[in-house]
Amino acid sequence: MKVAVLRFPGTNCEFDTQYAFEKLGHETALVWHEDETLPEATDLVVVPGGFSYGDYLRSGSIARFSPVMKAVKAYADNGGKVLGICNGFQILTEAGMLPGALKRNNNLHFISKYQNLCVVNNDNAFLNQCEKDEVLNIPIAHADGNYYIDDERLEKLEANGQVLLRYSDAEGNRVVVNGSVTSIAGVCNASKNVFGLMPHPERALEAILGSEDGIRMLKGFEA
Amino acid sequence: MTTAIINVFLKEGVLDPQGKAAHHALDSLGFKGVKDVRIGKQIVLQLDVDKEKAEAEVKEMCETLLANTVIEDYTIEIK
Repeated sequence: MKVAVLRFPGTNCEFDTQYAFEKLGHETALVWHEDETLPEATDLVVVPGGFSYGDYLRSGSIARFSPVMKAVKAYADNGGKVLGICNGFQILTEAGMLPGALKRNNNLHFISKYQNLCVVNNDNAFLNQCEKDEVLNIPIAHADGNYYIDDERLEKLEANGQVLLRYSDAEGNRVVVNGSVTSIAGVCNASKNVFGLMPHPERALEAILGSEDGIRMLKGFEA
Repeated sequence: MTTAIINVFLKEGVLDPQGKAAHHALDSLGFKGVKDVRIGKQIVLQLDVDKEKAEAEVKEMCETLLANTVIEDYTIEIK
């Protein structure tokens, strides 16, 4: 698989993301935000975590106007798979490629810890290696991870199976972590080729770091 | 020179964590009469266009970049 990893000024998870996909045996390329095209034969675009443009106005609000995002949008409109992790998730919602928005955590803290997540739907490219209702343990690290969507759109999201992950306890019961609507940690678009989540699967690939649960998420794209 | 004053607030019904924290702090300090606190941001633009043109242009700026209309409302005052 050929994976394109985007880089904006302020991105800081591009090397972790690159390491993760290379560890899984894939070819990767870092793509600068000013590039107007994606590498040829790209199988997956990853918008990694970090603080694009310093999060100065709102997280992800300026990065969405980078030249490369036009190419990413065209790629996704063509059915190409796009994964946004943390700041990448924020960028994809700001770009209108994913529904909803991320706002400040309800306790106003930057939250950095391992977190249990319940797999809500696995009939998609991102979670097809996981079981439905399985509990995964993946690190989170964010200040603006409080997912918001209005009731009407939430209903549609649920009906379409677009809610991917929820913050949970070890038994899979929902827990409040950052104030997200119904504890949502990750969603996808209606055509299920654009995925976004606040947790960092690329940081959960090795038992020595505390969890290997991220492997199956990223491996899902191979199928 | 035209001045545009933009106020951006989280929509009614969207929990404002900053406002809530300030409300709680005011309450702890003994200011018991406060019913609600909303915290937003003010953006002031100096524009080189006349007022009429500014109005439409600033609205577009808000919709495109300055506010996220999924969660935020904005008001524009042109002076």
